[in-house]
Amino acid sequence: MTPDTSDLDIHSEAFLHRLMRRQLRLSIACAATFLVALLGLPLLNYFAPELMAKRVAGFTLTWLLLGVLFFPLVWVIAFYFIRRSIAMEEGESARVQAGSRSGTKQS
Amino acid sequence: MFSTPFFAAINVDPWILAFSLVTVAVTIWMGFRSARTSKTAGDFFVAGRSVSVGWNASAISGEYLSAASFMGVAAMVMSSGYDALWYPVCYACGYLFLLLFIAGPLRRFGAYTIPDFAEGRYDSALFRKIAVCFVLFIGFFYTMPQMKGAGTTLAYIFPGLPYWAGVVLVGAVITLNVALGGMKGITLVQAFQYWAKMFAISVPVFVLMSVYGGYGKHLGANSIDRNAPTNTVNFVQPDYARPSQPGLPTEITSLIQQYRRQMAPRPKPPDPDMVVAAGQIAMVDFPSAGFLRWVGDCFGRNVLLYPQTPLPVTFTFNPGRNLTLREVRNEITNLLWQADVALIPHETEMLIAAPRSRVAEFQAILSSYEPTDLLRKALPEKAPKDAAWISPFGPLTTKAAARAGITGEEQRPYSLLYTYSLIIALVCGTAGLPHILVRFYTNPNGVAAKRTTMWVMILIGVFYVFPPVFGVIGRNLMPELYTQTGAKGTDSIVLQLPRLLNERVPHLGSIMSGITCAGAFAAFMSTFSGLLVSMTGALAHDIYGRILRPSSTPEQRMRAFKISAVIIGVIAILLGTQVEQLQINFMVGQAFAIAAASYFPLLFMSVWWRGMTMKGAATGMLTGGLLALGCITLTSFSDLALAPNSPALFKLFDLNQFWAAHPLVRILCEQPAIWAVPLAITLMIVVSKLTRAEVPSDVRMKMLVLHAPETLGLKQEYIQEHGMGH
Repeated sequence: MTPDTSDLDIHSEAFLHRLMRRQLRLSIACAATFLVALLGLPLLNYFAPELMAKRVAGFTLTWLLLGVLFFPLVWVIAFYFIRRSIAMEEGESARVQAGSRSGTKQS
Repeated sequence: MFSTPFFAAINVDPWILAFSLVTVAVTIWMGFRSARTSKTAGDFFVAGRSVSVGWNASAISGEYLSAASFMGVAAMVMSSGYDALWYPVCYACGYLFLLLFIAGPLRRFGAYTIPDFAEGRYDSALFRKIAVCFVLFIGFFYTMPQMKGAGTTLAYIFPGLPYWAGVVLVGAVITLNVALGGMKGITLVQAFQYWAKMFAISVPVFVLMSVYGGYGKHLGANSIDRNAPTNTVNFVQPDYARPSQPGLPTEITSLIQQYRRQMAPRPKPPDPDMVVAAGQIAMVDFPSAGFLRWVGDCFGRNVLLYPQTPLPVTFTFNPGRNLTLREVRNEITNLLWQADVALIPHETEMLIAAPRSRVAEFQAILSSYEPTDLLRKALPEKAPKDAAWISPFGPLTTKAAARAGITGEEQRPYSLLYTYSLIIALVCGTAGLPHILVRFYTNPNGVAAKRTTMWVMILIGVFYVFPPVFGVIGRNLMPELYTQTGAKGTDSIVLQLPRLLNERVPHLGSIMSGITCAGAFAAFMSTFSGLLVSMTGALAHDIYGRILRPSSTPEQRMRAFKISAVIIGVIAILLGTQVEQLQINFMVGQAFAIAAASYFPLLFMSVWWRGMTMKGAATGMLTGGLLALGCITLTSFSDLALAPNSPALFKLFDLNQFWAAHPLVRILCEQPAIWAVPLAITLMIVVSKLTRAEVPSDVRMKMLVLHAPETLGLKQEYIQEHGMGH
């Protein structure tokens, strides 16, 4: 029924490896989204100055992006990360507890 | 009470003074009140764990928003434009980085401070001692801008008070307060501080925008066109003392501006045939301001008078019967004409009174003004030009290249490098600030901690939208600050700008300015006390209690805490008096850069890489951190040496000629994060690989505690095994 139970022992190498890997993957995915925006904006300013200087309601486009719209973007990423990481933690501990109840391996 | 001659004599605005005093009193009172209820550090942390998400999020945000956020960001946007926006954005975004990589594991590990973590992760008391030094380094860099904020605010509230006196006064009050046990970083006080700061930054912005026009409108007044002369849309301010020069005297141009700012969208001009009751028109009193408004109402137009026109000062105007507006207007025009004054129509709602002999000259000048003038005052020579200010890669990031004589397009690569290094410093630095991490533990559990962080990001993000608005409006309405330096310069824009509103509504400006002053007090007081507590803790607990006198009694330690507080306070004050010429925000950025090069690599690598050894961590942290510290100090000394009468110490390190010859080196020294962070990480990896045998033997357990869900109870297991705890 459960082909891969070697990582259910929380003190095993496999458990730790899997845990850190999953966490890091989520963190890096979120960070990458954020970094693309954060590090991409100077590049846009550098290579497309005319576009970024377009006026939007008095603001230049780049001012609007950086001074106002950047904050909501960060909120969205943070919200996504928090939801996913809480779900991941819950899943992880449920899995371990279920595993130890069924007596696969006891810590 | 608010107009007593006493206040007038010492030139203090009583509203501003009252608001500031109330903030100081409430802060100190709340600090002492909460300090009574929680005596030990343990109380503070553990009791805090029952705090709700909303309070906790407010408290974290309150602790985070320092004088740099409150005063410095606005000032830097005003002085440098677009590039300065990276500061508020990265101050807020750094929190995301902290959340993604560091906050969760550190919370699970249960280390309250970075030195705690350093010791627990590597089982090394020595490493704790090394790590604790950076609490002091970063702390002192962070206290300097707070002191500048204090000096600037006091110099504004009490005109004539020298900058250093304000620093000494505020520094002494807070130091005493901390030494006496008040001002612990209590959740309630910090949460209150956040809302005080949020209120104080947002309300004046909304009032200012409703009166003088919105954010976008004020930005729109800045031309993007690089070839446009900056002041085309502004009033020329000719020197009227020299008669050969055409133009209006300064008095009248400034009057026109004042008047135009007052010109809110008005109701339609009244019907000229409307009958005015005789009693309403009594006396015309030249050239008082009251007259201007009054005539305006009768004409359906406003009249602006040139006050130095020789006029019969007072004449009575009481026809004894009801007149139409048209008749009133004709009557007054006649009276003025007899007094050698002509009224020139200008725009739809305005008449200008001019000497009869110079009507043509006045008309010519008036007709050359554009309607957009409404928004702006003339920019002084020293102010950055429009296009450089509003566009990326402006004065902040091109300064080094410009000093080296590099111009135009060739500045841009330097600028891009500077921008990236600044971003790295700010985003990574947030994670390494000594006083930030502590509060992650004042949550009941991990889920609450994450929700708290979400709210913190929202609270901080909303706050950071406002300070730049002050900078943008300040550029248009208070450009005279560009010509001032130190405490009187742009760093005071948040305090000064709201006072303009007095022109419109009596006392409104003073009240708004009082509110921003109160917010500034909340900002530098909370941050300075928080830093003082962490630094004093480091000095008293780690350096005295563990290194100098490990056998000291609790009483001795208590006394050591008080003495340490005074020592740190005095050093912070002395440093603070030296930095009047540096920008608040810039200095905070430097503290972030040092944190980014020292603590951030330590935390990041220790959390995610099992192979780290104590030696690797220490080598990376020390090398990166100390090199960054050294480079930053050198550039700051050079900048300070530029000021007149700077102390000999700064002259000794005056490298300005060297910088001018090597702009790239200058940028890398001023913003070291782009090389210092990778250097620290690389050293950590290399040295750890070389000392592989010294990886802590229970590293897997440590990693489990850092990463496994708290519900699995590994922390308790770990404490039982190690007897570790606080």
